[in-house]
Amino acid sequence: MKFNSVFDIIGPVMVGPSSSHTAGAARIGKVARTLFGKEPKWAKIYLYESFAKTYKGHGTDFALVGGLMNYDTDHPLMSESLKTAKDKGMTVEFIEDSAKVTHPNTVRIQIGDEQMSLELVGISIGGGKVEITELNGFALRLSGNHPALLILHNDRSGAIASVTKILARYEINIGHMEVNRKDVGQEALMVIEVDENIESHVLYELKNAKHIIQVTKIVS
Amino acid sequence: MFRTVAQLVEQAETNNIPLSDVMIQQEMEIQNKTREEIYEQMERNLTVMEEAIEKSLEGVTSVTGLTGGDAVLVQQYMENHEPLSGHVLLDAVSKAMGTNEVNAAMGIICATPTAGSAGCVPGTLFAVKERLKPTRDDMIRYLFTAGAFGFVVANNAFISGAAGGCQAEVGSAGAMASAAIVEMAGGTPKQSAEAFAITLKNMLGLVCDPVAGLVEVPCVKRNAAGSSLAIVSADLALAGVKSRIPCD
Repeated sequence: MKFNSVFDIIGPVMVGPSSSHTAGAARIGKVARTLFGKEPKWAKIYLYESFAKTYKGHGTDFALVGGLMNYDTDHPLMSESLKTAKDKGMTVEFIEDSAKVTHPNTVRIQIGDEQMSLELVGISIGGGKVEITELNGFALRLSGNHPALLILHNDRSGAIASVTKILARYEINIGHMEVNRKDVGQEALMVIEVDENIESHVLYELKNAKHIIQVTKIVS
Repeated sequence: MFRTVAQLVEQAETNNIPLSDVMIQQEMEIQNKTREEIYEQMERNLTVMEEAIEKSLEGVTSVTGLTGGDAVLVQQYMENHEPLSGHVLLDAVSKAMGTNEVNAAMGIICATPTAGSAGCVPGTLFAVKERLKPTRDDMIRYLFTAGAFGFVVANNAFISGAAGGCQAEVGSAGAMASAAIVEMAGGTPKQSAEAFAITLKNMLGLVCDPVAGLVEVPCVKRNAAGSSLAIVSADLALAGVKSRIPCD
């Protein structure tokens, strides 16, 4: 099911004018921020199709940047976020990209600071609901509806079992799971949506499991 | 979990509960929360809707200047004239347009199911409220009933204009409102489904082609059309009229 909750339909509470172009954009920005783990110093934002054509009138630009600053969809200072970001020293660039994409409301966000960077693709599927379809070159499908684990690992036999064994031991149920790799034997990404929040000692154990490179937790 | 309107109605009839209760119980299971918590969450949305309508009556103007002020005009007209379309209907129209005027002015609204179609559900609710005198509890139920029907649309089709045209937005919103009005007025779950089907089939084929790509023209007045149709369909269903084409 694409939509799980009645509050996807009656909601979100948001700054207008468009649930797809404003609220959805803010949510994609916020997911990027959450995955990055801190406020980025710079952002390059590529807009496609409907996002590219109408972003100024819909406030897609300030909503995305508001999200990058961790704003919720109803943040009272949302419409001033571009100025706020500038005052904070965040450099933001918007690029209207004419490349073909599968969903009309698509955005590619590259963010970073001196140490690290992150790249993701998000789509806004209606009513403020969003999906992340690509992360650092990995194809995935992340709704943000449930707590999730993003586990970067080496593409070796036993890597997945080393993770699922730990989850099973703590009786953590997996609602959705997918695995993608860049190439045979290279880095791969596990996306695991779970029903409950994962405590830090479990994360610690996962980080030290065999073939695991990095573990990121997303709280829904 | 229900996936179709037929399943939704069946669950209400089998357990002899209103449609709103089917939605509330499902939500309690999904979120693993109590009825009170779910109610409280919905009441916050109700308050936002109420505040948006109040704000629109102060008169708002969008950033482009294309929309705003029509809700106030209609309210003034109703004070000085006996409206031909009737007081409840025109009141709903005014409050629906008002909500969307606030949205276009980048004010705070509750998307139902989207921002562009955010007027129909609250507009009809706060107009019908004057006639039916519901409790706060009934008003929250109204939103759950509307949400239940929107949930079916969202999971089987679209609620985004960009993906499914305006029929997916104002069409869904008006149809959701019809079903909720019927429940509030004491109709049966089946009658709610009939009202939903009647509104939706009258909105089929409506394109999403807004002026300058913005959620303003014709969106604000489409909400006027959606909310008035919602009330008419609710009345038809309550009168016993059936839709020859079922919801699903």
